[in-house]
Amino acid sequence: MASFKVNGRSVTADVDDTTPLLWVLRDSLNLTGAKFGCGVALCGACTVHLDGQPVRSCVTPVADIDGASVVTIEQVGGDRIGRAVQEAWVEKDVPQCGYCQSGQVMSAVALLRDNAAPGDSDIDEAMEGNVCRCGTYGRIRAAIKAAAASLS
Amino acid sequence: MGEFDIGNSVPRTEDPRLLSGGGRYVDDIDLPGLCRAHILRSPHAHAAIRRIDADEARAMPGVHAVLTGADYAASGLGTIQAQLVLKARDGTPMIRPPFAPLAAERTMHVGEAVAVVVADTLAQARDAAETIHVDFEPLEANVDTALADTGAVPALWDEAPDNESFVHRLGDRNAVEAGFARAAHVVERRFVISRVTSNTMEPRAFVGDVDRSGRHTLYAACHYPHRLRSGLAKDIFRLPENRVRVIANDVGGSFGLRGGMYPEQILVLWASRETGRPVKWTCERSEGLISDHQGRDNVTDAALALDAAGNFLAMRVRTRVNIGAYVASMAGGPATANLGTLAGTYVTPAIHVETAGVFTNTNSTCPYRGAGRPEAAHVIEQLIDAAARELGRDPVDLRRQNTIPEDAMPFRTGLVFNYDCGAFEKNLDRALEIADRAGFEERRAGSKANGRLRGIGISNTIERAGAPSQERALLRFDPTGTATLFVGTISHGQGHETIYKQIVAQTLGLDPATLRVAEGDSDALSIGGGTGGSRSATLGGSAVLRASEKIVDHARPVAAHILEAAEADIEFADGAFRVAGTDRTVPLVEVARAAYVPSKLPPEIEPGLEAGAGYVSRVENFPNGCHVCEVEVDPDTGAVEVVDYSVVDDVGTVLNPLLLKGQIHGGVAQGLGQAVMERIVFERDSGQNLSGSFMDYAMPRADDMCGFKVEANPVPTETNPLGVKGAGEAGTVGALPAVTSAIVDALAPLGIDRIDMPASPETIWRAIRDVRR
Repeated sequence: MASFKVNGRSVTADVDDTTPLLWVLRDSLNLTGAKFGCGVALCGACTVHLDGQPVRSCVTPVADIDGASVVTIEQVGGDRIGRAVQEAWVEKDVPQCGYCQSGQVMSAVALLRDNAAPGDSDIDEAMEGNVCRCGTYGRIRAAIKAAAASLS
Repeated sequence: MGEFDIGNSVPRTEDPRLLSGGGRYVDDIDLPGLCRAHILRSPHAHAAIRRIDADEARAMPGVHAVLTGADYAASGLGTIQAQLVLKARDGTPMIRPPFAPLAAERTMHVGEAVAVVVADTLAQARDAAETIHVDFEPLEANVDTALADTGAVPALWDEAPDNESFVHRLGDRNAVEAGFARAAHVVERRFVISRVTSNTMEPRAFVGDVDRSGRHTLYAACHYPHRLRSGLAKDIFRLPENRVRVIANDVGGSFGLRGGMYPEQILVLWASRETGRPVKWTCERSEGLISDHQGRDNVTDAALALDAAGNFLAMRVRTRVNIGAYVASMAGGPATANLGTLAGTYVTPAIHVETAGVFTNTNSTCPYRGAGRPEAAHVIEQLIDAAARELGRDPVDLRRQNTIPEDAMPFRTGLVFNYDCGAFEKNLDRALEIADRAGFEERRAGSKANGRLRGIGISNTIERAGAPSQERALLRFDPTGTATLFVGTISHGQGHETIYKQIVAQTLGLDPATLRVAEGDSDALSIGGGTGGSRSATLGGSAVLRASEKIVDHARPVAAHILEAAEADIEFADGAFRVAGTDRTVPLVEVARAAYVPSKLPPEIEPGLEAGAGYVSRVENFPNGCHVCEVEVDPDTGAVEVVDYSVVDDVGTVLNPLLLKGQIHGGVAQGLGQAVMERIVFERDSGQNLSGSFMDYAMPRADDMCGFKVEANPVPTETNPLGVKGAGEAGTVGALPAVTSAIVDALAPLGIDRIDMPASPETIWRAIRDVRR
């Protein structure tokens, strides 16, 4: 039985050790912001932060994260970078259907933590694992730059 | 003029919720006692079902029901019906084999549902499904569109010996033959428009909940909640329509995918009825790739006749459309509804088209962003490029020569449609300007010096939007003066909430923060047209405008009473009623509050303030534009890079430039995806889907897109009160031909004059190798 923190709260997951974190968040904790898109880490819709690093929660067994700290889209606006990214996303009109955007935001926040002024290739590299069928990639690029500018 | 008024780049009001985990998509729904469904699917493209043994599964822990095709047949419930009944070749109604939600005697494609297991948890349902034994006897299958009606493959249905469901013909055949007879030049091509799929990021998911009163509630991300309600009530459950409710909340993309009725929608409701529990089914990605309705998949033979001066005389098109194994509810639409756009933006006087829907052992096809329009644009634009190449003409000049002039509007085309307005040549001129076509040869030379092949592609595009149909809106104030707007459309990402608030806020001078927009609940309105075919701004927007205007009329007597003046003396402007010629005013919000206090109203005034409005469009509108794409090809690897992309678009009145550009970007991305990377591939003999995961089906990703230059050249239409034309599909219509043209242009110096889609590195590498041999 794995114990870890989610958005600052201690939780114990009473599920099979192999259960992916995504289903604990969605089904046990009612945190439905992280999305199921493919189940095999090929689309990024389920991206959350695990000890500050972006991970695909659909392939992260809960047994592997005992003692770790998880932050989801519901809480990412609680810090400066997360808030700046959310605001830039609205200003640049990034979302369309919105389904992939939780994952996009989580990946973008992680990028800006590591790199305060990412260029196009840094952005493409960091965001390449997040698929958006609405084709919002150009605006994601613009929003990440806008967020970086607002934080500098 | 307020900053929220139409025409302004207003950021979307739905976004803060969607960006903080507040979206409510189907899989996010939980209900007390919710069970989960898992569907056992056919591993065969074509097989007889000899026996299904599910006894062990029924006894597994947590299992509430295992239902099969035989159970469905015994239930007496109905089958999925085609919305559009076309004609077979002999003029009788099209061939429509029964389409039940579970296969009973025969399975017709890989992924067809064979049994459904309902259990307390998904893991229990899946474990139980693994114990079900199905005795399949494999049969010969065909997945190939071009072979379906040739007699070389078996007939899938006895009633359709040629595997042909319908044949649809349009245009004046004699006039076309006369045009070809006097042609100085004829260009002919075969186009294979590949099968692609929506792959919405939100997989299909449904929750069925039949309560103890027998009311059937379906939670479904869909295009047409009311149409689905009607279909489920009438065709499947045979219930009065008020016993069925369909609720669509947030929709995680659709692009056509969610337009039709699906077996799983019936299954969750039926299973709920059988088990007395709400039932949820969520599709997995690979499962979706073999069971979602897919798009395009046609083989077209087309010819364009020109006179010696290069004037278009006539066009002839014959298309086979793969509709899959069954006739899905939306099957006939993409094959027939938008054929008129084959006329393009050109004066071609005579066009004839024959399109046949053919059966194969594949999942169904349905409208996919553009639904026949990108296919039509691809055919006409590629034919023009081919003609220009064969005649040694500049493709821009040849287009310009044949473009419908602005002063010829309204223009009756050579096929079906009457274009009401548009400035096509201006689109072309401006697009070439922002794309700097004048500097292209220099850029091409620069690329060549770096060992790369550069090409430019141009497409003039037109589409049909807001087809004749109706829409409904209801604007309802509450006693505190805030208001809720119900509309019969449903956003899948288009941003309806923001657009509709802009229309209401501007018309009624209200603070947009006091408005709530609610779409998708079939209980909220008597009827709704839904969202598809680029109709929501035209029909939903016009209905919202009408409802807003009616609020003024309804509120006027209350305002007159408050202002102690005659109704005839009351004016409305800027959110307030005024006694004409005085400074005595009362804000609408205050009137709304007063309307709910009967004790303060005279008896002849009915309390409350709400207004419902229906809007009917009698004619469609024609969004149009010009796309210019520039690519670089690496001749050693065949890799294509889209280096520049320019769009000039006329979608009539621009309600919100920010949202419009987003729609165009997304549409272009989807057309580009089909042009260069996406494709559903079936293995020929086994009928297996070889593109059944995100490892195998290439989705456009962040590094596949360049920046887009998008400009508007609005020519408002007079066919609706807002002057708007559709915008949702325009990007895709233009991109499919523009990207392909650019790639062919890049390869032309090597002697390559056509390329199959997708123009993947492998396709291009092979094409280059073949000409170099």
